[in-house]
Amino acid sequence: MASFAPLAPSPPTTADARLALTEQLLACDAARPCAEAVVAWLTHHARAAAAACVAREEPGGRLVCLAAHGLTQTQCMELEARTEDPRHPLVEALGQQEPRFVSGPRAALPRVGAAGGVFTVPLGRAGSPPVGLLLVWASGPALPAEVSWVASHAGPFLARQAAGPLGPGGSGLFRRIIDAVVDPVLLTDLEGRPHLANARAEALLVAGPEASEGRRRAVKLNQRVFAAVLSSTAAGRVPGPSRREVPLVDPVEGMDLLFELVTQRVYEPDGREAMVSVLRNVTDLGRATQALGESYRRLRATEREARSERHRLDRVLDSVADPIILSAPSGGTVMMNDPAEKLFTPPPDAGRAAQRRVRSNHATFSSFLANLLGAEGSLRWRGQLGLVDPATGATRPMEAVASKVMGDGGELTGIVTLFHDRSEALEKARLLERLREVSTLLEARVQVATAELAEQNEKLRRQAIQLEQASAAKSQFLANMSHEFRTPLNAILGYTNMLLQGVSGELSPAQKRNLTRIDSNGRHLLEVINEILDITRIEAGRMPLNLSDFRIPELLQEVMAEMDPIIVRSKLAVSTHLAPRLPQVHGDRQKVKQVVLNLLSNALKFTHEGEVKVTAEYAPATSTMSISVTDTGIGVDPAYQEKIFEDFQQVDSSPTRAYGGTGLGLSICRRLATMLGGRVSLQSTPGQGSIFTLHFPRRTRRT
Amino acid sequence: MTNSSPTLKPLVLVVDDYDDAREMYAEYLEFSGFRVAQARNGQEALDQAFALTPDIILMDLSLPIIDGWEATRRLKNDARTRAIPVVALTGHAMTGQSDEAKGAGCDSFVTKPCLPDELVAEVRRILALRGGAEAR
Repeated sequence: MASFAPLAPSPPTTADARLALTEQLLACDAARPCAEAVVAWLTHHARAAAAACVAREEPGGRLVCLAAHGLTQTQCMELEARTEDPRHPLVEALGQQEPRFVSGPRAALPRVGAAGGVFTVPLGRAGSPPVGLLLVWASGPALPAEVSWVASHAGPFLARQAAGPLGPGGSGLFRRIIDAVVDPVLLTDLEGRPHLANARAEALLVAGPEASEGRRRAVKLNQRVFAAVLSSTAAGRVPGPSRREVPLVDPVEGMDLLFELVTQRVYEPDGREAMVSVLRNVTDLGRATQALGESYRRLRATEREARSERHRLDRVLDSVADPIILSAPSGGTVMMNDPAEKLFTPPPDAGRAAQRRVRSNHATFSSFLANLLGAEGSLRWRGQLGLVDPATGATRPMEAVASKVMGDGGELTGIVTLFHDRSEALEKARLLERLREVSTLLEARVQVATAELAEQNEKLRRQAIQLEQASAAKSQFLANMSHEFRTPLNAILGYTNMLLQGVSGELSPAQKRNLTRIDSNGRHLLEVINEILDITRIEAGRMPLNLSDFRIPELLQEVMAEMDPIIVRSKLAVSTHLAPRLPQVHGDRQKVKQVVLNLLSNALKFTHEGEVKVTAEYAPATSTMSISVTDTGIGVDPAYQEKIFEDFQQVDSSPTRAYGGTGLGLSICRRLATMLGGRVSLQSTPGQGSIFTLHFPRRTRRT
Repeated sequence: MTNSSPTLKPLVLVVDDYDDAREMYAEYLEFSGFRVAQARNGQEALDQAFALTPDIILMDLSLPIIDGWEATRRLKNDARTRAIPVVALTGHAMTGQSDEAKGAGCDSFVTKPCLPDELVAEVRRILALRGGAEAR
């Protein structure tokens, strides 16, 4: 910074004076001190009455008095003129390329003492319009050589200075340059009040009178924020540029914007401190940062998720009862679950034995993995490993399946080995084997027992055959017996019959009575023989069914006729009662007749007085024929009502019994009824009589 | 004894190895107005039948030498005796024997004991049947 210093009054040598001015001008970095040096030097060395330097101000096109010597403040002010006025002598002079002498009084050019006129000397570079004028008041029109020299030196210097900031507004070029910068640029004082602002900065921080209310408010807010930030930055007194972030509002769009503020402390030409601020719009950057933050947060979340997934996987793997090991392609263990750890890591308080067992397990597993790694192309390897429980030393037979895990490019990324404890399976197999042994033993025993059983069965079969043979022998015996009885009985009955018929002559009544008794006893004997024979025949299955169609009334008539002699002797009222419309019967007539004969003879035998009724009925609903023999005899005690149908059973079987008979009659009746597909029932009250009924189907079927 | 003729009483051949029975039936048959010839076994029965050509034969089935079934079969297979009715007499009441007897050619079957008058009634019945058939 140069400042004006008055020169010595004694005139120095011309060369020295010129050198001093040149040095002074070189030291100047602004137009004003430069001009002051020039006018001072001229009034001293060129013996000018007064001198002044005016320059065109940009923008505005005004002439400004940069420096004056020998003029009053008012005279200086008179020199300042609008350049739009072409008739103004100074504006006119500015349009000239050569110095001119303006003599005599002239408007706008003040008079100074004895000076006859004013030289107007254009200042600037050769070939370009002058930027200012040097005014020198002199007495004659001869231009002093010092003036020409000063003008030729000071002109280019002044022109150079005119390109820089010549005043608070700056030059037009400068203005255009900073307006071209896309970021807002400001020159402010330390409190943030703007001295200079480019178009972008004005858009943010300046509102014209015609601006809308919203815009004015936004600008006001921005100004406040900016001023606060700037003044706090200035107070910080940080050397060099400083960076801060400033949130501002776009006054037009109303959007929040974020700027990075770069400030640099500078000195203005007048020596005051100022701040140069450059605002860089980092809103997008902020958004990007925000997005980045979001991505980062998501990444973290994903990572956390992955970690929890990994933990979950770990827990899942740990919860698997079977050991699982993940190995690297090199064979090193990457991960193992808890069950695997129990096998392949020593327990916390492991002794040397446990360590040795773990090493042994590792060795076994490594050699197992080597099988898979050595086998080209095969993805899986299965093997039986004899591992040892490190804690207890118990053998843990394991089935291991190692599978290669291939990456997307087909490269081996790892090996998963699953172990399966075979102890249980082996134990089961052992038990199964034991079971088989026992089963075999049991089977052998069963075979022995079966053989014994078969032997027993054979014995039983033989016994059965013997029994059958014995039974057949019995039947044969009875048949033979019957025959042997019949043959003499036939003769006895035959001769008795003949005698009674008088074949051998007339008999006396006593003879006749005796013969009748022989006949009666013979017949009884025959009856007994017949009954025994019937039972034998039925038991031997040699009683065939002879089925035919017949009618009940005729059958009952025959029965009554056969029983007539006994009925007559019994002196009982015997009657038959036939239900109307009795249907024809298909069955074994002989057997039906025999049953009815037996029942009737039974009734006659056990009835002393009263009556005997034979009743025949038919129940269409069940197609059942019923023939009942009702008596008024001694009846059967309920206790005996079932028993009397059994073989050889009689109500009274004592030696003193009152009624004779074999006890086979009712038994035969029941067997015959069964053969007919029917049955014999009994209703009886002791002392009041009995009702024996033969029930049989209208149509007997062969079985 | 000579061959039977329509004018003579019918000749009955009684075959039975049990003398009392045979003689009893013979006596009663004669008493009832028949001529009677007797045989004690199957062979005699065949000889008598061929020799006498009786009107009816009462054949006991259990007989020595040749049993009643066989004798009947031979009689029925012989043209000379085929027409003679045979009434089987048996003390064996077991079933099947009557069928067997009929199979052998017996015309009737009577179970012993059979009272003489019942037997005569049966003989008369068979002869009446045969007579009716011959009359036709």
